[in-house]
Amino acid sequence: MVTLYNLIGGLQMGSIYALIALGYTMVYGIVQLINFAHGDIMMVGAYSIYWIMTTSLMKAIAETQPVLAGVVSVLFAVVVCVALGVFVDRVAYKPLRNAPRISALITAIGISIALEIIAQLVFGSGQVNFPTIVPKVTLFKVGRRSINLLEVLTFAVSVLLMIALTLFVQTTRTGKAMRAVSEDQGAAMLMGVNVDKTISITFGIGCALAAIGSVFYAQKVYYVTPLLGMLPGLKAFVAAVLGGIGSIPGAVLGGFIIGMVETFVKYYASEYVDAMVFGILILVLLFRPTGILGRKMKEKV
Amino acid sequence: MMLRVKDLNVYYDAIHALKNVSFEVNEGEIVTLIGANGAGKTTTLHTISGLLRGKSGKIEFMNEEIQQKPAHEILKMGLAQVPEGRRVFTHMTVLENLEMGAFARKDRTTVADDLDRVFQSFPRLKERRRQIAGTLSGGEQQMLAMGRAMMSSPRMIMLDEPSMGLSPILVEEIFSIIREIHQNGTTVLLVEQNAQMALSIADRAYVLETGKVVLQGDAHEMLDNQDVRRAYLG
Repeated sequence: MVTLYNLIGGLQMGSIYALIALGYTMVYGIVQLINFAHGDIMMVGAYSIYWIMTTSLMKAIAETQPVLAGVVSVLFAVVVCVALGVFVDRVAYKPLRNAPRISALITAIGISIALEIIAQLVFGSGQVNFPTIVPKVTLFKVGRRSINLLEVLTFAVSVLLMIALTLFVQTTRTGKAMRAVSEDQGAAMLMGVNVDKTISITFGIGCALAAIGSVFYAQKVYYVTPLLGMLPGLKAFVAAVLGGIGSIPGAVLGGFIIGMVETFVKYYASEYVDAMVFGILILVLLFRPTGILGRKMKEKV
Repeated sequence: MMLRVKDLNVYYDAIHALKNVSFEVNEGEIVTLIGANGAGKTTTLHTISGLLRGKSGKIEFMNEEIQQKPAHEILKMGLAQVPEGRRVFTHMTVLENLEMGAFARKDRTTVADDLDRVFQSFPRLKERRRQIAGTLSGGEQQMLAMGRAMMSSPRMIMLDEPSMGLSPILVEEIFSIIREIHQNGTTVLLVEQNAQMALSIADRAYVLETGKVVLQGDAHEMLDNQDVRRAYLG
């Protein structure tokens, strides 16, 4: 019974980590940058929903059409996060494309702090209540464990998005361009690929997934703070490294493993959750730095 | 005139890699740039393709200045490159690599025709079209890189050391395909260390030495030129 409880919780958290980890891994795959601001993009997504749901128009819509209000608010968050992610890349990371990788990494940490501080200035440093987008309803029971709508939706939407993303990257023209740029930027340019545009699209997709992840995460905890994205962001990063950074299936696998580990550890020894997750990071970096599904890294000369 | 490079200067930080390099390629020609390792051959091609930026000088393709254009627009104008070391996309299939070659094109039916033509020139690529490109041999990867460039349906193709690392038999095969590409109406700029082979199929040649054009002329005359023979043909 306990195992079943944790399994369901683990799938829910795993879906969220997988969604966020995809952003890390895709951006790393294409520009070899660990975008440490990615978790904060997620925080911005949660605040976007909070903000739009406090407007009188959306409040009115929510009274009569709660589903419509939910969908509109999520789409709004996606648009805000995509625009922010693409903007950050153009303004902060693009000028450093040929600089040492550490420069862009430090810039990413700077962007992360900047976003957190801006959120504090705009929304205050305390927590605000996240509105109900997904109503608390029990759908069915497995044994004595009732399964609610949010859990089902989190898992189902995440899996659908991951399948869609995989198909997109494997079969579409843009997806192929993304793979080409991530393997050899110069050769991709010689094929007529607009590399800057392709990188922007990659950032955009990663941020859209983070926005969706933020909805599920904030809806689970029912609050938003300026530091909301920090811990899930870092854990999703661990997930991406565990799965093999740069690998899309790796990010999904890593996300679910981290979600499971976290949920089970939380049950038996909740104070060790974070130590456990970051312990995994240390172990992976020590014994298998390429992750479970990662490819051997080619050091560029 | 198809391609005209005039007084091109390129630097890598403090290193002056190309010094007032000038040369021309006329429509329908095979022109070769020969020279030793480090002479600036690859730098020249990368600057023409827009992967590098020159500091001064002019590059005109089809009478249009292209130095400030991004690489993907230069490709769209009809100037393709087969880069040094082939640089095929090793994690993609052969077919996907060829599709990447046609990335900039919208005309689907003619792309399909060109794919057939590439498969005719390189029957081995057709057999292996579902195979991951990284598993191909060096010669097959060179063929793939050439087929990929042809998929953009270029007016002019620049090949950077296509013979590198290949056995003499494969080199013969590659060069006969270059001739075929040329006969089908594509202008060729061939960069080679294998001067003997390059001069034997080229119309005109330029010799690069430490970033400078030191000699130019008719390829066959150069093949007979004692100085060139001594310096470059061993």
